[in-house]
Amino acid sequence: MHGIFTIFRKELGDHFNSMRFLLISALIVMVGVIITSMVGMAIQEELRGMAKPTLIFLLLFTSTGKLFSFVQFIGFFGPLLGIFLGFDSINRERVSRTLSKLVSQPIFRDSIINAKFLSGVTVIAIVLVATVLLISGLGIRLIGVVPGVEEVWRLVIYIVISLLYISFWLGISILFSVVFRSTATSALASLAIWIFFSFFVSLGASVVADAVAPVSQTASGVDAEMLIRHERIQRVASLVSPMALYSDATTTILDPMRKTTRTLILMGPMERFSMSRFQSPLPLLESILIVIPHLISIAAITLLCFGICYFVFMRQEIRTV
Amino acid sequence: MTGQGIIETEELTKKYGAQTAVNRLTLQIEKGEIFGFLGPNGAGKTTTILMMLGLTEPTSGKAAVIGFDPTREPFKVKEKVGYLPENVGFYDDMDARQNLRYIARLNRIPGEATEKRIDYWLEMVGLSEEGSKKVGTYSKGMRQRLGIAEVLIKEPKLIFLDEPTIGLDPDGTNRMLDLIHSLSREKKITLFLSSHLLDQVQRICDRVGIMINGNLVAMGPIEELAKKKLGLDQTDYTLEEIYMKYFKEA
Repeated sequence: MHGIFTIFRKELGDHFNSMRFLLISALIVMVGVIITSMVGMAIQEELRGMAKPTLIFLLLFTSTGKLFSFVQFIGFFGPLLGIFLGFDSINRERVSRTLSKLVSQPIFRDSIINAKFLSGVTVIAIVLVATVLLISGLGIRLIGVVPGVEEVWRLVIYIVISLLYISFWLGISILFSVVFRSTATSALASLAIWIFFSFFVSLGASVVADAVAPVSQTASGVDAEMLIRHERIQRVASLVSPMALYSDATTTILDPMRKTTRTLILMGPMERFSMSRFQSPLPLLESILIVIPHLISIAAITLLCFGICYFVFMRQEIRTV
Repeated sequence: MTGQGIIETEELTKKYGAQTAVNRLTLQIEKGEIFGFLGPNGAGKTTTILMMLGLTEPTSGKAAVIGFDPTREPFKVKEKVGYLPENVGFYDDMDARQNLRYIARLNRIPGEATEKRIDYWLEMVGLSEEGSKKVGTYSKGMRQRLGIAEVLIKEPKLIFLDEPTIGLDPDGTNRMLDLIHSLSREKKITLFLSSHLLDQVQRICDRVGIMINGNLVAMGPIEELAKKKLGLDQTDYTLEEIYMKYFKEA
């Protein structure tokens, strides 16, 4: 335990001192603030003279405003934070020849990889909590609504899901830093995986769906059953991407008006407000029940990724260390 | 194994696939001596050191270092055994003191003792002036001396030095050899140094072992090997002559 703690402390210090950490967290905070002020001002404008609908506070995170919502931004940009924190964690020490020195100290070998992963997770947690708090503070000032207990809980769950999701990318990049000796290779490999899963899986999903359940035109038009089957397969296939998994989970937990994990139906805030008069939001417990499979899947891929990383690192010949 | 020496190995073997890196190595190192482990590049010297530190597992055979089996109890061995790898690396963006402090923490040395030891060993290796400079700015010789200080921070009983003088200028080499010599004589630390620079080994080592292609072909004090290989009458010999004889035979 002692070894883990010492390495953890050093790694944490290294992260906070590193230029790229400052850069990417500054970017996340900056974009978060810009999105929130835009969304906040829009909500303020639209709410004037109206009774405040329920769960308005969460709209700060889910409203798309002019560009995209904060949740979409983290889903897209968050992986980069994980990758930046991890892509050179092991091979940097290998290149500078400090790794062989480290393993000849009286520490367990796994404390190196554990400490590196944990310090990355800690940094991610700090960035996420800080950003969400900053946005909340800004939102309270802008729209003058204090979040209720349920909204706070939803935000906490959102932070947990995001932490797991970004940690998955941290795990991927640490894995590449164990496997590849060059830091440039591991960085590029992580980025390639990120781009593949974020953009191409959704394209691939429709190809798979077309192949497995083709929708054919018949004389009587398109068969509804067939269409549903096609849709289902496409959805399942797209869940291969952690990004799809993550955005489904977070939009469900932060947007209680939604009853399914289906992708967002584009709707302006006004339509949403008027709909809320007729629709009651999903209770917190129900939302949690819907996202639990997503949450477990994200946790599982994160742990699996770290497990592979751990295994490869422990099995590596010291000669190559 | 008799349990007398600080290092004892018995038929220690390491194979990488079909290739044998170390073949049935049996040796015994006494407490307090400077042992020179000689051999050409790729003879299996580093592999032997790694096995003795428990950093790589032997394919077969046994080893005992300071009384512990390095494969089964690597923790105990690493607590009391220092290792200076060839071309030792440091965290270049930290200064010498921070580097030493980090290693001291990993060895669970209490804070006050750490500072005292850092001051002492930086003084001993002649780096007290440069202690607060970033290690990235250090010359090769300074890095090597800092490496020695880092190994000594945990006050080991035994130190493995892998090619400690390689790449140093003549002055740096001399300072290094003097330092190694004084560690043995004044601090009573056992030193196991691997090298292929024979004149240096001859200057400081009590005994040598010659390793060629994974086999230990000779072991003993230099004079003894000279008698055996070069004839009894010869008094003016160099280690190089002995070594070349063994090398040609192998």
